[in-house]
Amino acid sequence: MWHQGRCWFFDDDVDTDQIMPTRYLALRTAEALGPYALSGVDPAWPPRVARGDIVVAGWNFGCGSSREHAPLGLLGHGVACVVAKSFSRIFYRNAANIGLNLMVLQQDVADRTQGRDGWVDVANGRLSFDGGATVLQGAAPAPIVLEILAYGGLMGLRAAQAAKATAT
Amino acid sequence: MPPQTITERIIARHADRDAVSPGEYVEVRVDQTWSDDLGAPITLGLLETYGIAEVFDRDRVFITSMVNAPAHSIETAEVLKLIRELSRKFDITLYEMGHAAIHNAKAIELGKTLPGELIVGGNSHACMAGALGCYATGMGSTDIAAILATGRTWLEVPRTIRYRYIGKLRPWVTGKDLILHTIGRIGVAGADNAAMEFVGEPIAQLEVEERLSMSNMAIEAGGQNAICQPDAKTFAYVEKIAQRPWQPVFGDADARVSEEIVIDIDALEPVIAAPFLPSNTTSWCEVKGLPLDQVYIGSCTNGWMTDLRAVAAILKGRKIADNLRVIVIPSTAQIYRRAVEEGLAQIFLEAGAAFSLPTCGPCIGAHAGVLADGERCLATSNRNFPGRQGALRSETYLCNPVIAAASAIKGCIASPDDI
Ligand code: SF4
Repeated sequence: MWHQGRCWFFDDDVDTDQIMPTRYLALRTAEALGPYALSGVDPAWPPRVARGDIVVAGWNFGCGSSREHAPLGLLGHGVACVVAKSFSRIFYRNAANIGLNLMVLQQDVADRTQGRDGWVDVANGRLSFDGGATVLQGAAPAPIVLEILAYGGLMGLRAAQAAKATAT
Repeated sequence: MPPQTITERIIARHADRDAVSPGEYVEVRVDQTWSDDLGAPITLGLLETYGIAEVFDRDRVFITSMVNAPAHSIETAEVLKLIRELSRKFDITLYEMGHAAIHNAKAIELGKTLPGELIVGGNSHACMAGALGCYATGMGSTDIAAILATGRTWLEVPRTIRYRYIGKLRPWVTGKDLILHTIGRIGVAGADNAAMEFVGEPIAQLEVEERLSMSNMAIEAGGQNAICQPDAKTFAYVEKIAQRPWQPVFGDADARVSEEIVIDIDALEPVIAAPFLPSNTTSWCEVKGLPLDQVYIGSCTNGWMTDLRAVAAILKGRKIADNLRVIVIPSTAQIYRRAVEEGLAQIFLEAGAAFSLPTCGPCIGAHAGVLADGERCLATSNRNFPGRQGALRSETYLCNPVIAAASAIKGCIASPDDI
């Protein structure tokens, strides 16, 4: 789960209504929702962002509504990982459950130039810049979350558990 | 056995353990779950994808169409149609139209969120049921799909923050004001992933449905759940409606909590949360006279009978101001019927308000009262994030039902003492 991509910086308390505005909720696949991801913060955001980019947010990212359309939109847009100082619990679970990588990093990133290159190492909780010259140490996800991510999401893990239970 | 808080004891019981500690990851049995017209297409779609033919227990699952029902566009009509097909396929009860309701209120009304139970609903405000003395939390569509398949989920046992209210409730101060004030004090992540436990004499004084509006908004402080120890009022409330046997659970007096926050409400006036965060609170008098385009009374927070009665008492024999529109929306069809029977509907209509179908209404900016650019709404709902009720530059102010009713009469933010 090591990844390089351009970083896009967001502030605190970005809620899920902003990540996926209500008017798009009749859509339900990652692909369909992708073009509207984060359009409630800034409608100019989606066109600038390319597959493989990284979202770097402040405190309480994904607070508010439990709509899974929010992480689905980010996934559909090709966001490779969301890094935040903290996540709201429901968003955090939803993102892991659909296989969207995420990582907690409480340190400030000094240079928040939009689109600068970053390297994220989810399993070890690290975000680095400048070809590895700047390394910010965050927290690796809990083992259960890493396990869910390893199966591409919760349903994959549950299916594997069910298969194991019938095999034994 | 180590002393346990009420939240820990309920989780332990559902994990078949004697005790649990904050920070532990546990697998638990779920007593009740639900989904809605936003989550159900994803949730039931996952069951199809993974070849799961039936839900773990159809008595513990239901769906309500409440955000976009009745359909208001071809796209939403297609979604509602799909939900009807899928709920038939999986043999899940679907409530809509004359049985419509906001799901978390429906679950309570159905007698399926009982003291001592562990509840996981497919909406963030599922935490509301906690005021009845159960552990209740909200989750997203995939978590609900996994629960439908297995009847189980995993939890990180929350630390408990105890909020001890002291002092006397002043006139026009309700449970809604206590929770808005609390969120204003601790912030929108002030109870991040914690169990919020509400205690103290003012809590004992509140009607059960006012306690429900408090626990409803735990999510606005980031809480994993919110809970009140059940008392005689709780038992009287649930005994009439319980659909299955239940056994209350109580916390130990010497259980360890991570923090106790004392909140003195002696001087508290009705509270308003100004845009764009529920924590952006102030006393109503600080925004007195602020002009409004719309007043919305309803949502899962304040669409209860207790709320509608308080609103009707103020609107009775009065007319709403000419400069604004007023929408009253009960949380469930049963409340709607009761409001008609008790004559409340007549009062709302004579005052000039719209009395609308039990849905989420304009709370979520989908339907029945969406705001235009620059419009300002005073609402009894629970969120005021940017664009929550419509256009990105519309504004939502949150308040209690009596302030909403008085403001509807006055045409600007006001208290019942001003009319
Ligand atoms: S009333 Fe509002 S907060 Fe409650 S369930 Fe509906 S949309 Fe969500």
